[in-house]
Amino acid sequence: MKQDQLIPNLFRTEYSKIVAVLCKHFGVTFIDHAEDIASDSFLKAMQTWPFEGIPEKPTAWLYTVAKNKAFNLLLRRQTYEANVLTAWTDMNDCSITLDLSEDNIQDSQLRMIFAICHPTLPKESQIALALRILCGFGIDEIATAFLTSRDTINKRLSRAKDKFRNANVTLEFPEGNTLITRLDAVLITLYLLFSEGYYSENNERLVNEEFCFEAMRLAHLLTLSNETCRPETNALLALMCFQASRLKARTDHSGALIFYEEQDTTLWDMALIAEGTRYLHEASTGNTVSRYHLEAAIAYWYTRKENAEEKWQNILTLYDQLLTVEYSPIAAMNRTFALAQVKGNATAIVEAEKLKLEENLFYFVLLGELYRPLDGEKAKLHFERALTLAKTQRDRQSIQRKLNGVVAS
Amino acid sequence: MKEFMLIFRHEDGKKVASPEQIQQWMKETMDWIAGISAQHKFVGGNGLLFDDAKIVGHKGVVTNGPYGDIKETLGGYIIVKADDVNEAVAFAKGCPVLVGDGNTVEVRMLAKGDGLH
Repeated sequence: MKQDQLIPNLFRTEYSKIVAVLCKHFGVTFIDHAEDIASDSFLKAMQTWPFEGIPEKPTAWLYTVAKNKAFNLLLRRQTYEANVLTAWTDMNDCSITLDLSEDNIQDSQLRMIFAICHPTLPKESQIALALRILCGFGIDEIATAFLTSRDTINKRLSRAKDKFRNANVTLEFPEGNTLITRLDAVLITLYLLFSEGYYSENNERLVNEEFCFEAMRLAHLLTLSNETCRPETNALLALMCFQASRLKARTDHSGALIFYEEQDTTLWDMALIAEGTRYLHEASTGNTVSRYHLEAAIAYWYTRKENAEEKWQNILTLYDQLLTVEYSPIAAMNRTFALAQVKGNATAIVEAEKLKLEENLFYFVLLGELYRPLDGEKAKLHFERALTLAKTQRDRQSIQRKLNGVVAS
Repeated sequence: MKEFMLIFRHEDGKKVASPEQIQQWMKETMDWIAGISAQHKFVGGNGLLFDDAKIVGHKGVVTNGPYGDIKETLGGYIIVKADDVNEAVAFAKGCPVLVGDGNTVEVRMLAKGDGLH
């Protein structure tokens, strides 16, 4: 029986799988060919499926085409590419064919994650490569997300790939102690990828939900392997689930940001919250308390709808712990919001004003909020300051709404 | 009823589309064909592969093609039944190939089966 519906994101998903398997087999130097082979296979599908119907097993169809294309390419190149030739001969002699089994795909993708998140590559390159190679996004899509041109993204990618090749990054799976430090780098990159989707300061499109879900898919992939399914991996995934549960409630129909305290809580995704809770539970083994554990625990309390004193007291305590594990001005700022709920706005204002995050629009939104019940004039000044820092129409709209609220009251 | 061939011409056949774009394009093409099929007016069609494409020129000179000098390439065709060319043109207007800037769909009546023979 023929399917008449395409699997959602079929090509994007298969792109990353095909590229990963080819690179594991032929080495990282093969990456450009691997990408071409994947794209060409999709093009062939494009020229066949609409007329003959979608094959019964679309992925198997794509893998057969990709294998043939790889084989033909190597046959053509065998005269001058000695190193690839070896791989090819091996393949021929032992009659090994490209292994596109589920297990090997998963293993190849895991190796690819580690290779791309290699510490010798700048984070910016890692993100670009991850979006392209691990998530299968097109150049246009990445360029739109970063509000830049195709050329810029192409250059960034080709520089990243040069580094990738020159640094002799291999697709070996790191072992022992190296694994822990390398996994650390992987988690940071996945968190950045998620955050890139969760809030973009410059982009009119507030959330790039797909980036969030891709980051979650990759983190989930890490939980499937014994070596990488560590407490901090589960904690990061829990954190992502909790944050993502509010994606639908965070924007209004015009795309403007809806602040936490103004959200329609019926739009929160309870299934994701439940999943997050499950991962957080999985994370509670061993004796490491990573920043992800603390951030996930904070995010968990944020998913609780009732404004009980317990909720804010817990959040405050967790922020205090987080700041000792890993200080960041943003975390310190968010702490003052919790502090206000527990100790009152006046106390929180004193703490907040010490931070002096003069470039951060959310800092002034926070100060505006804290001053609102105490001093309307000051609240107004802070919201106006935030307005001057907003870079998008969307953020200006959200802040204007706050400002109108003060003027009206 | 006459038969018409709708021939897809791409301005630049080697332009690489992203996986997401190919997915979108595939879906639109299938919907377009399904729309024609639903009226019992779809006869058949096929895509033309770029692999190993050759151009045989004057005196049998063979080149890899259709790239290089000839930028425009054929991507595929479908054959439809239609009362007249206007109806065939109406079908052609829905072809997703036309979303690409510079792409065209040529509409030609098939000689055999034109009702005269």
